[in-house]
Amino acid sequence: MSTTAHSTSQLTSPAPMPASSTPGRFGVYGGRYVPETLMAALLELDAAYEAAQKDPAFHAELDGLLKNYVGRPTPLYYAKRLSETLGGAKIYLKREDLLHTGAHKINNALGQALLARRMGKHRIIAETGAGQHGVATATVCALFGLECVVYMGEEDMRRQEPNVYRMRLLGAEVRGVNSGSATLKDAINEAMRDWVTNVRSTFYILGSALGSHPYPTMVRDFHRVISKESKQQILEQEGRLPDAIVACVGGGSNAIGAFYEYIPDASVALIGVEAGGRGTALGEHAARFQKNGGGVPGVLQGTYSYVLQDNAGQVATTHSVSAGLDYASVGPEHAMLHDSGRATYTSATDAEALDAVKVLSRTEGIIPALESAHAVAEAIKLAPTMGKDKIIMVNVSGRGDKDLGILRAEMDLSGEAKG
Amino acid sequence: MPIDFSNKPGLVIYFTAGDPDLSTTRDMAIAAIDSGADVIELGVPFSDPLADGPVIQRASERAVAKGTRLSDVLGICKEIRDARPQAGIILFSYLNPVVRFGMEAFAKAAKEAGADGVLLTDLIVEEAGGYLPLMQKYDLAPVFLAAPTSPDSRLKAIAEASQGFVYAISRVGITGAQTELANDAQGLVERIKRFTKLPVALGFGVSTPQHVRAVAEFADAAVVGSAIVALVEKTPAADAAKAVGDFVRSLKSGS
Repeated sequence: MSTTAHSTSQLTSPAPMPASSTPGRFGVYGGRYVPETLMAALLELDAAYEAAQKDPAFHAELDGLLKNYVGRPTPLYYAKRLSETLGGAKIYLKREDLLHTGAHKINNALGQALLARRMGKHRIIAETGAGQHGVATATVCALFGLECVVYMGEEDMRRQEPNVYRMRLLGAEVRGVNSGSATLKDAINEAMRDWVTNVRSTFYILGSALGSHPYPTMVRDFHRVISKESKQQILEQEGRLPDAIVACVGGGSNAIGAFYEYIPDASVALIGVEAGGRGTALGEHAARFQKNGGGVPGVLQGTYSYVLQDNAGQVATTHSVSAGLDYASVGPEHAMLHDSGRATYTSATDAEALDAVKVLSRTEGIIPALESAHAVAEAIKLAPTMGKDKIIMVNVSGRGDKDLGILRAEMDLSGEAKG
Repeated sequence: MPIDFSNKPGLVIYFTAGDPDLSTTRDMAIAAIDSGADVIELGVPFSDPLADGPVIQRASERAVAKGTRLSDVLGICKEIRDARPQAGIILFSYLNPVVRFGMEAFAKAAKEAGADGVLLTDLIVEEAGGYLPLMQKYDLAPVFLAAPTSPDSRLKAIAEASQGFVYAISRVGITGAQTELANDAQGLVERIKRFTKLPVALGFGVSTPQHVRAVAEFADAAVVGSAIVALVEKTPAADAAKAVGDFVRSLKSGS
């Protein structure tokens, strides 16, 4: 729409003030839109991250822990029965669900915790949606003996109750947030309020490729290992790159990690799958890139990206059966990949995701997280349209143990014949 | 330009526009001006006020739920301006409603509504490259926040980019009333004044006549926000203008 294009050009016109330009842009997206109080902390974080990136000792410690504590590399597994059932492309699964704590989130939580320790910050805060980032953060805080406070929407605490208990068991304090829709967006608001208040002592471990610079870059860098490994693994197993990589996109951390090393490889289609929820009206879904779905460029929680909002600029509520995809904005690098056409973004509905959980469970013996099931659902649609010589790689970002309560409520299996 | 703090103590009064409703906001602003407020900050309610404490969060939520839009806030800005030409009016917003409105369309409309300046909570000076020329083009004062955590290099940039006044945040944290003023507030105001001759207004946690009097010792004005919004919250709409007027009078007289 014309007002959008107009405001975009105004926001990003040259001649920044003062003379230096702001870093952390992905095309026109990204940047740093925060209250001034946070700027000193963001600049300090920026400098510390840059120094850590150049320090071989930092990488050695991170790589060692990723291998021996977290369980990397994760397998790349050829899902033969699923592929044959669908009768089209070969489907490979990148098994991030096998990591310690059950999802990709720990790649980033560990990296940021090491950075916090390096910076001498002993109090850690985090937000969480599905609870996987909260659990990962609570885990690394236990590992390093750091104080940990996790903000979580009360709606998410209810539907991801096992993860609340896991965080508490790990020694973290979980603070419920009941503003807005009591989901991920509201948890981030509250975490940012905590950070503004305790900025001198506190490190904010942000869990998705969101927020103001340097977070989107830093989070992506810590998840790049996914595509680094998968590229080597597919070359070993198939001698060539995949035709498509499919990943679910909430904030977009697992997807950017799964895509990143393939961005220069034009033959590899990059497909992000958003939450289609239960309908196409604003408030019924979390599909930021869906045409006419209400997602237009705007500023939310520190970054310029697509935001689901009404025409007065109020951020919309969202719905998804998966708490981890239930968010009104999306990482700025995805916004750039969307606009450039390098990646395409589609969506899977709640019903399709639930069905995909069942399909993957019964063809491969793998119960995916509801978030990851959105990616599986896309593969289920896509594979039959492609030849048997084609290859789809699906990033299984997490395991479904945390979702058993939701699954039980949504799908009654008692009395059902063996599938 | 009617941003003038020469009638001591300088006083900036913040309202969340549309709480409890737009016409009451207008009436309260006029009452505040008549009781000694030098500048009115009209807050545009936003769904995600991440720099605000519980009081302004609740007010924003109520105003958003009533459907208050940026265009409505511009509407009462014009009414206040027409009723009281002598007072300063600053539009105070998070960035997204302005981006959605269109930055230039907003600047033009703000000028037409009689606003003197604009403060965007989540727009830092480095990101203001497109915004500042528009403020200049439409003769609006860009007001930036300065924080206790801002190093001198940032304060200098903030002071140079600001017009009208510089808004100093008294303490790290979100908005909200406090019993005591932060002790690093005076140091911040002194640091800012090294870089500018503009007035400096101090806000966040300024809530009583005693605070206002104390702030007047070292700053040009005090900003009172959450204490006003809390008063509005507990007062029936029909009595709100009078209650605000009485409170502002006590703030101005320092007792």
